[in-house]
Amino acid sequence: MGKYSKIILDPLVDKNPVTFHILGICSALAVTSKLETSIVMSLAVLFVLSLSNLSISIIRNFIPGSIRILIEMTIIASLVIIADQLIKAFAFELSKELSVYVGLIITNCIIMGRAEAYASKNPPLQSLFDGIGNALGYSCVLIVVGGIRELLGSGKILGVNILRPINEGGWYEPNGLFLLSPSAFILIGLLIWVVRTLKPEQSEEE
Amino acid sequence: MRFLLKILNSNRTHFEKSGRLQRLSPLFEATESFLFSGSEVTSSSPHVRDGLDLKRMMIIVVIAAIPAVLMAIYNTGLQANLATSKVALGDFNSWRISLMEVFYLSADSKCFISNIFHGSLFFFPVYIVTVVVGGAWEVLFALIRRRDINEGFLVTSILFPLILPPDIPLWQVALGISFGVVIGKEVFGGVGMNILNPALTGRVFLFFAYPAEISGNSVWVGVDAVSSATWLGDGGVDAVSSATPLSAFADSTLSNIVTWTDAFLGFMPGSMGETSTLACLIGAFILIITGVGSWRIMVSVLIGMTTLSLLLNIIGSETNPLFSLSPLWHLVLGGFAFGVVYMATDPVTAAMTEGGKVVYGLLIGFLVVLVRVLNPAFPEGMMFAILFANVFAPIIDRVFINLNIKRRAIRNGN
Repeated sequence: MGKYSKIILDPLVDKNPVTFHILGICSALAVTSKLETSIVMSLAVLFVLSLSNLSISIIRNFIPGSIRILIEMTIIASLVIIADQLIKAFAFELSKELSVYVGLIITNCIIMGRAEAYASKNPPLQSLFDGIGNALGYSCVLIVVGGIRELLGSGKILGVNILRPINEGGWYEPNGLFLLSPSAFILIGLLIWVVRTLKPEQSEEE
Repeated sequence: MRFLLKILNSNRTHFEKSGRLQRLSPLFEATESFLFSGSEVTSSSPHVRDGLDLKRMMIIVVIAAIPAVLMAIYNTGLQANLATSKVALGDFNSWRISLMEVFYLSADSKCFISNIFHGSLFFFPVYIVTVVVGGAWEVLFALIRRRDINEGFLVTSILFPLILPPDIPLWQVALGISFGVVIGKEVFGGVGMNILNPALTGRVFLFFAYPAEISGNSVWVGVDAVSSATWLGDGGVDAVSSATPLSAFADSTLSNIVTWTDAFLGFMPGSMGETSTLACLIGAFILIITGVGSWRIMVSVLIGMTTLSLLLNIIGSETNPLFSLSPLWHLVLGGFAFGVVYMATDPVTAAMTEGGKVVYGLLIGFLVVLVRVLNPAFPEGMMFAILFANVFAPIIDRVFINLNIKRRAIRNGN
């Protein structure tokens, strides 16, 4: 496996930021009640994370250690504002549903975490790929959780009826729990259970 | 019984190590210890000279729950018969009533047998689904983890149907108990490791997943009649689990709907096993004299509830009549008595330290009144109060253990 493909593929399952590092849980709970919002959120994080990794990595040798967090925050915040404005401009309805959570990408621990742990120590191209990989790992979880929640919670996928609900003449009784954020907690927990059963080396030592 | 023992003994070798059916050995163990007590004897010290093991403890809880079960069957039938008699004849759409007619029984609320029979037709389907589905999960996990099947599920399976409304669809029962057993218990490692009470976990899942079938005021009476069940609507007590003090609920108006004695004895609609405070008191008596249930917890829940509700009585409120609900009413309405006796005392999920039990009990008592009175979204708070206190139990214990360590350190001059 090539160096770059490994950097991208590793965070998908083996070092997934959500299921392995348990980062970025807050937004994974908040925006996954529908698949559509999950996808938009994933794209926004992909945009911010890859560019922030890239730009921090480019200037990594010029950042004084004592104020590095400030500088990283400034870069990340600028990117988040751009992402937020783009969504508002081109998908206004969605931006209303995502409400503050796009802005809150700034507090997503994955982004700061990758900046600190990877981009500040590695060359730009690798950092860019690391950002893309981690964003894709985050997206995987978001899309799985969002898909399950929308399917069980309202019987739809991307707004298309799959399990036709009773009140629209079908047989499926929507499970209200899956529309509430705690269900994402349970689903992520189950996901971690599955991943760690398949890959026992991920389990923490007792 | 002799021939059963023979069958067991002749097949034992297959289930032992290197036997053909070694993977199924938990099933063998469970059958053996259910029919006879296990042949295994503890071989390493310390040898405790008492026969109180998990099995006996669980069976005592099941015995203590019997009054509630009997009351559940009778009262469910009674309420169903009462409601049926208020619906015009010919409106029925019920296999239960048809089945009763086969046995020459009519839905007559004055007929004891008819009440029992009608109630059984509500209770047992729910119970059987609970045992089959929940039991299947237990066996599955025991086989995969190669552990013995545990008696803990006996208790969960008898308590779970009792906290459900009679009208609940059976597929929801299956879903609820699956969630309770798997997420509430098995993911934490099985019996004894769970943080939350599995039966309540199952119920809280159903409560949030399908609120229409487990809250509101039409589900507490089992009537299959078409127009049914709205008779409570005009200001009734949608008692219980959702304890619901509906509409105007000051003491005075409440006693127009149900008398305190009826509420105490359990003759009102509600979750199947929760209506009768008397049955719960009998259960509490059994649990306390056998030492299985902690009296500290029960008493402190009562104290917590009484204190806060008296305080709210004194404060009073012009807009919220629930403020004036007296502790005596809090005691007999909703799932309070049932929760205190059978749920809060669950030794696995309650606090372990003696001081911790008191704090844990008080917390439940306070919370239940808080939710009932001050939170208009949830009419009944017992389920939430117990689950919430379950979560806090380990922290409470930790504080008390550390206090004890400090005290001993001081006593010994360190």
